[in-house]
Amino acid sequence: MQHVFRRASTGLIALWLAVFVLLPTLMVVATSLLTRHDSHFVSLPLTLDNYARLFDPLYAGVLVDSFGLAALATVLCLLVGYPFAWIVARARAPWRHLLLLLVIVPFWTNSLIRAYAVKLVLATNGALNSALFALGYSGEPLQLLYTPFAVVAGLVYVLLPFMILPLYAVIEKLDPRLLEAAADLGAGRLQRFVRVILPLTLPGIVAGGVLVFLPALGLFYVSDVLGGAKDLLVGNLVKNQFLVARDWPFGAAASVTLVVLMGLLLWAWSASARRANQRIGEP
Amino acid sequence: MIAALRVAVVAGVLLFLYLPLAVLFAFSFNDSKYSMAWKGFTLKWYEALAANPQLVDAAIHSVVLAVTAATVATVIGTLGAVALYRYRFRGRASLSGLLYVLLLTPDIVLAISLLCLFVVLGVSLGFGSLVIAHVTFCLPFTVVTVYARLSGFDPRLVEAARDLGAGEFTAMRRVLLPLALPAIVAGWLLSFTLSLDDVVVSYFVSGPEYEVLPLRIYSMVRLGFKPEVNALATLLFVLSLAIVLASQLLLRQRRPS
Repeated sequence: MQHVFRRASTGLIALWLAVFVLLPTLMVVATSLLTRHDSHFVSLPLTLDNYARLFDPLYAGVLVDSFGLAALATVLCLLVGYPFAWIVARARAPWRHLLLLLVIVPFWTNSLIRAYAVKLVLATNGALNSALFALGYSGEPLQLLYTPFAVVAGLVYVLLPFMILPLYAVIEKLDPRLLEAAADLGAGRLQRFVRVILPLTLPGIVAGGVLVFLPALGLFYVSDVLGGAKDLLVGNLVKNQFLVARDWPFGAAASVTLVVLMGLLLWAWSASARRANQRIGEP
Repeated sequence: MIAALRVAVVAGVLLFLYLPLAVLFAFSFNDSKYSMAWKGFTLKWYEALAANPQLVDAAIHSVVLAVTAATVATVIGTLGAVALYRYRFRGRASLSGLLYVLLLTPDIVLAISLLCLFVVLGVSLGFGSLVIAHVTFCLPFTVVTVYARLSGFDPRLVEAARDLGAGEFTAMRRVLLPLALPAIVAGWLLSFTLSLDDVVVSYFVSGPEYEVLPLRIYSMVRLGFKPEVNALATLLFVLSLAIVLASQLLLRQRRPS
């Protein structure tokens, strides 16, 4: 009986992950090395052409644009999220819980609907332009929708909580005595920030960065709703290769590239976490 | 000065988070189809919504899917967390490593890999494939949530139960599960939210006979505006607010006993 329970609880999750995570991942890697086929999706021979095609200027352009937009969205999330997380983590208890709850509440609305809400704000005759006119602006209405700016705004809007929550977690744990000690030893505001706060909160910054940057590459619907029918993100590229162009090997190659990139980011994350821990451990 | 700056930052972020939602909700009452200008109060988009069975069906499908996926993910995830907490077995490190990788995998990567699997195995796309996919992306969240709570407990609690003659299963049912209950509930709620919020995975693994809300809406709002969608979003938001408030009240009432 003991063994039955032990085997069942361990085996169930192991089996699920093996069948629905490992096996499909291997299939995608295999697909990315195969040749496109019109009726069976894929066929032999094995090839690396799909990866080579990612360097084709047409697709390389999408990759570079997508990385740029995702990076910009990540930096904006960080610039907005860091001071906010700091204030929340340092607020008194009832306020802290209320503010955290307010960050989470928008999640209850499907993110596609939230992207659509951003569209309502940015449209030519939308809320933002109406507000500008009401304030006395009399020029042409701003063309904000269907621009890369709108896509970045949508990405920031949908992903901001993913930056705030990990930042909050590290800032909340930051021992205020360390800051007092730094001040006692003569460190100014800037020095305290650069030499104490930043290194200690780096794991949160990297965690938030990973949680914003990676999804930002893939959220094709944000780009579709706010950026018009252009391939702006890697996600659009993958989606269109799989569902429109039916070129699975090429779409799979783009997806494997994303996973490799994720691996590199995770490695950077664990390295930064390790370094932060070492620093605390130093005498 | 600093205090004013603090208020300004908080107000700015909250405005950014809630202004689009407020606009969305406000326009569900606007008596104008194409123009975004305010033309007066109306409930006709709610009537249009009631007369749009496809949209309502899709919303019900989404909720059924979210409840099913969250429940399955919570059961498997809780058992998995208990296994990781209680047992040392071969592959334990790889199992938890895999869960963390899965936690961070972009949805689109998971989506196409599952699509490959379903196509190769000949699984028809519909409710079953959606449940499998949603359970898969919820699973790491339930494991991590429950495991985090379990690892805060004294392992001697379970040992004591075992010494007193409880089997593994009884020790789990009578000791670990009651202790972990808040985390199990939190994991379920998190999974439910993630499932409702998902667009990318559903987009790849759903079929025509089980249409979920994001896909129905996607085809409606890709180009242009649809006030019915505003009305539906408003209703769903109010509903989820009510559910969370009710669950908070229930938890608060239970706490003193």
